[in-house]
Amino acid sequence: MLTLENLSFGVQEDRKEKEIIHDLTLSIDDHKFVVITGPNGGGKSTLARLIAGIEHPAQGRIIFDGIDITDKNITERANLGISYAFQQPVRFKGVQVLDLIRLAAKKKLAAADACTYLSEVGLCAKDYINREVNASLSGGELKRIEIATVLARGTKLSVFDEPEAGIDLWSFQNLISVFERMRDKTDGSILIISHQERILNIADEIVVIADGRITAQGPKEEILPGLLGTASAVDACSKFYKGGQ
Amino acid sequence: MAGSVNFSNIDSIQMRLLEEVAGLHQVPAGAYNIRTNGQMAARAVSANIEIVSKDDGMGIDIHIKPGTKNESVHIPVVLSQSGLTEMVYNDFYIGDHADVVIIAGCGIHNGGDQDSKHDGVHRFFVGKNSKVKYVEKHYGSGDGKGKRIMNPGTEVTMEEGSYMEMEMVQIKGVDSTRRSTRADLAAGAKLIIRERLLTHGTQFAESSFVVNLNGQDSSANVISRSVAKEDSIQIFNAEINGNAKCAGHSECDAIIMDNAKISAVPKITANNTEAALIHEAAIGKIAGEQIIKLMTLGLTEEEAEAQIVNGFLK
Repeated sequence: MLTLENLSFGVQEDRKEKEIIHDLTLSIDDHKFVVITGPNGGGKSTLARLIAGIEHPAQGRIIFDGIDITDKNITERANLGISYAFQQPVRFKGVQVLDLIRLAAKKKLAAADACTYLSEVGLCAKDYINREVNASLSGGELKRIEIATVLARGTKLSVFDEPEAGIDLWSFQNLISVFERMRDKTDGSILIISHQERILNIADEIVVIADGRITAQGPKEEILPGLLGTASAVDACSKFYKGGQ
Repeated sequence: MAGSVNFSNIDSIQMRLLEEVAGLHQVPAGAYNIRTNGQMAARAVSANIEIVSKDDGMGIDIHIKPGTKNESVHIPVVLSQSGLTEMVYNDFYIGDHADVVIIAGCGIHNGGDQDSKHDGVHRFFVGKNSKVKYVEKHYGSGDGKGKRIMNPGTEVTMEEGSYMEMEMVQIKGVDSTRRSTRADLAAGAKLIIRERLLTHGTQFAESSFVVNLNGQDSSANVISRSVAKEDSIQIFNAEINGNAKCAGHSECDAIIMDNAKISAVPKITANNTEAALIHEAAIGKIAGEQIIKLMTLGLTEEEAEAQIVNGFLK
């Protein structure tokens, strides 16, 4: 489904080229639920942005469903079947939740149909459908709406960049069940960037990235035990408990 | 003058303008006065709403009886003759305890090389505890070299406990506009103004508000959202004077694009320690992340931009 071949990507920092992704090769098979983890600053989010077309690699190719999409822009990749959920969802003054879901679904959905996507992410649809996607929504609400837009697209590949970032513990519990349902229902592949043990725990496959390179890759059963207790597999409650001490 | 009026004297261009500015497809329900090319083209009154021409022919007086509920008045103006310049004064006298909707609007089609200009002054006298919704749309079309110019002036006098909501929209085709709105509020009166403006090409638009909160517990909220594209210029002045225990808020939110220029000049003055006044003004371009988000949903960059502008001005 998706193959990254010898990808490299760097940025200019203090007039020097700093490489974020080094000669990285990775394949994501059809119908797979893959979680990418690893230390902060290791290049995970950059990798997601390279797949969505927001960033372009200095070297290497990206092949999606047999098509070389390396030179294709964000829109073209979206229309070929790649969805991308932002780590920090964007706010829009004046654009309603219903507008955004209709744009995602690419059809003039009836409000009731749009509501099913919101219910799916645990939002009481009638309270939200006419709200503006602006600063009046909390981080957790925005995050769920962001996920609902990806669900509404129903594409072959869905990429989520740290879906747990910025949401409260209560919402996080629900988020896990959203992903579990997606995993059961979807036809396509799901790629999630996450440090959360409970998300890693529902993966088919885990990829660990550090310093722009893959340091471990394989079925969950093989990889997860080695990650437990490290920053790459955080217990949802650990920060919560630490805060209480 | 009352009763059924057919629209046989309104041509197809004028009809299209009427549709743009007043949403009219046919003879509207309730009272109306339609002015085309400087002449009265159609009028209807109701048992509670009287419309009379001023003696000098330069406008109309609209009298709404006290206690009139759920009635509407349409008073659109359209110009389709190139080079026409007019100045109109319309006065609205709204009795106490009324609840009405007033739909104004001006459309200019200029297919010629001479400037067409409509200057209108609307004065509202809103009676005690009355509720008024006022909608005003401005629209221009035609590909002649002549400019389409509109300079609307609005003066509002609100008596005790009255409520007025004004919606003013200018989205397309007006080359030059200088809008001035002034309101005086008595005790307990509440005013809400929503303005939406889009300029493009070399258009110029200036909008100035002066709101005087004179009575105890009066309040005003002035909200302007605008988009300036290409080489257009916008100026927004909002002045709120708190002369009693009152609450005032003004907000100017603008998207700037291309080579446009926008300036926002909010001013609040408190002449009483119990006056609570706030102003907010923000000008900025469309955030790159907003475009990227919509592109990840499959929109092109241009479609994304149009969607963001439409949402913002909705």
